[in-house]
Amino acid sequence: MSTLKVPVSPRDHRRGGPNAAVTLVEYGDYQCPYCAAAHPVVRFLESRFGPALSVVFRHFPLVEVHPLAAPAAEAAEYAGDHGRFWEMHDAIFSNNNRLSTQLLFALAGTLQLSQMGLRDSIARSLHADRIREDFIGGIRSGVNGTPTFFVNGVRHQGGFSAPELAASIQDEMGALAPAR
Amino acid sequence: MATILASGTKAPAFTLRVTPDQTLSLSEFAGRRLILAFYPADWSPVCGDQMTLYNHVLTEFRKKGADLVGISVDGPWCHQAFARDRNLHFPLLADFHPKGEVSRAYGAYRDDVGESARALFIIDQHGMIAWSHLSPVAVNPGADGILDALDQMPNLEQNHVDAQSSRQPA
Repeated sequence: MSTLKVPVSPRDHRRGGPNAAVTLVEYGDYQCPYCAAAHPVVRFLESRFGPALSVVFRHFPLVEVHPLAAPAAEAAEYAGDHGRFWEMHDAIFSNNNRLSTQLLFALAGTLQLSQMGLRDSIARSLHADRIREDFIGGIRSGVNGTPTFFVNGVRHQGGFSAPELAASIQDEMGALAPAR
Repeated sequence: MATILASGTKAPAFTLRVTPDQTLSLSEFAGRRLILAFYPADWSPVCGDQMTLYNHVLTEFRKKGADLVGISVDGPWCHQAFARDRNLHFPLLADFHPKGEVSRAYGAYRDDVGESARALFIIDQHGMIAWSHLSPVAVNPGADGILDALDQMPNLEQNHVDAQSSRQPA
């Protein structure tokens, strides 16, 4: 069974408390339609499990087939530099069907981030190292496509529907309960 | 399920078409490490496709002294269209005629469906199989097994540097 080779750390983008019983790590690509489809499912799981669940997103852009995946990841990281990672992340996935560089600039504007700053970030690939680090960490953990989820470090097998992912999370919570 | 050639076996030689008018032979990789990735067919869905994934890991493979080729029974024209569509930066070999001959030689042919199995081989600089792995057909094996296996092999660059420095003591 594949396990997460790079543990969750403060360098990660994490939504939810670090003391949550379960951490869901997603490797995703902003231009991947399956990731976009899984996004509302993840949002649903966050509201269903509340403080018991925290969510981490790591970049796994397949840039040779998804030319907008890299600029989108740059936009998310650029927003992250200004404390707005998750807002940009949600906005990109919510608009996945009309993803374009213009859209990224529009989203930056909506989040009241400097569009000049975003242009600089994309043009100079300022976050390329971090994005590649995420990608290689995913590769070493056996990620073979997107989205791939890990529940407390163990790879989620099966589909990305709410019942399937919720069952993985529930199982993990059940396994933790007797130890408390 | 096929039984693939194990590590320690001499890698069977091959010459296959790589484009409609060019061939590629195993002997051309002598002195290098070669990752041979047999796969069932071109045109798997993008987000989970094995060749698309490996295309993004080429830098890591090369850092470890390894080249990569993909092999399936698809013809060279099909490979060409697939490679263009996915922006692949490594060769795809056509085990097309006689169909599956090289796949068979590596124990990586599925007679029931007439396609290559999903089998991985690392061939060392001396032409010996250093590592091999067979995946279920439906499972993209990812690249972690290949990278872990390459990590276990002696460092080619280091040997080279040592050989040079011993010739030219400081």
